[in-house]
Amino acid sequence: MSLINNINKAFDHRVRLGIMSVLMVNEHADFNTLKELLNVTDGNLASHTKALEKAEYILIEKQFIGKKPNTRYVATKLGRMAFQKHIEALEHLIKHST
Amino acid sequence: MNSKDYLKDISEIKDLMNKSSRFISLSGLSGILAGIYAIIGAAVAYVLVNNYSQGTLFLDGLVFRWVLLDLALIAFFSIATAIVLTTQKAKKNGAKIWDISSKRLVVNFLIPLITGGLYILIILGQQKYGQAGALMLIFYGLSLVSASKYSIGHIRFLGYIEIILGLICAVFPGYGFWLWVLGFGVMHIIYGSWMHFKYDKKQIN
Repeated sequence: MSLINNINKAFDHRVRLGIMSVLMVNEHADFNTLKELLNVTDGNLASHTKALEKAEYILIEKQFIGKKPNTRYVATKLGRMAFQKHIEALEHLIKHST
Repeated sequence: MNSKDYLKDISEIKDLMNKSSRFISLSGLSGILAGIYAIIGAAVAYVLVNNYSQGTLFLDGLVFRWVLLDLALIAFFSIATAIVLTTQKAKKNGAKIWDISSKRLVVNFLIPLITGGLYILIILGQQKYGQAGALMLIFYGLSLVSASKYSIGHIRFLGYIEIILGLICAVFPGYGFWLWVLGFGVMHIIYGSWMHFKYDKKQIN
């Protein structure tokens, strides 16, 4: 069945799914906000954001706020579309498995 | 992964979307108290106007200044109560009080509110005070509607009600006082109680 194919491997992890969820409803989110919301360690979050960046689902923007370096993330158009498809696939699976 | 895991995924997505974009720690109790302050304040204004001003309000009169002070006190105590109780509730939920979602809520609430407040002060300065009550209700309603996108609890509907009351008040300025009491007093108490029992109580249990 083709819909099964829409279950996106890139989102097959709690943290990656969480990052995308936050970025779907916020223009951007910085590293510490994501860390707090998802309750993960620095290294864990960094590796998952890297994976999503590699898939071109999010952009990493590095900038300075005063003297402090600040990393923030933005969902790309491709990422938004992929996430939407993933959600639709999840919905479909749930509807048809009960 | 079976369907149970997918359901968990969906609810986690929903939860994160809400937590990251909406400020959910608004206290229902502060709504009830704001309503009570409004009713007490209105009663004070009623007594002032009827006993010391023969039922009419002169813009440059002493009574008018007392009524303005009365209004300022209602606003001050309502806001102070909301801040204190909401901070408490946020702490209990382990949420931050001053994060992006609460900032967005406050900014979107204040833009129509301050615009309306200044506008009312300007027209009062021009001796046009017949519509002040209606404008307070309308602008407050618009502030609630504007803020509602960043909170839960269907604050939007309270906003709609305030706007409708404000428009009625504009048509019948003679009932302004009672519509004001209904909008700022009674509606806050009803809405606050509903919020309190729907959200606050649930989190305690």
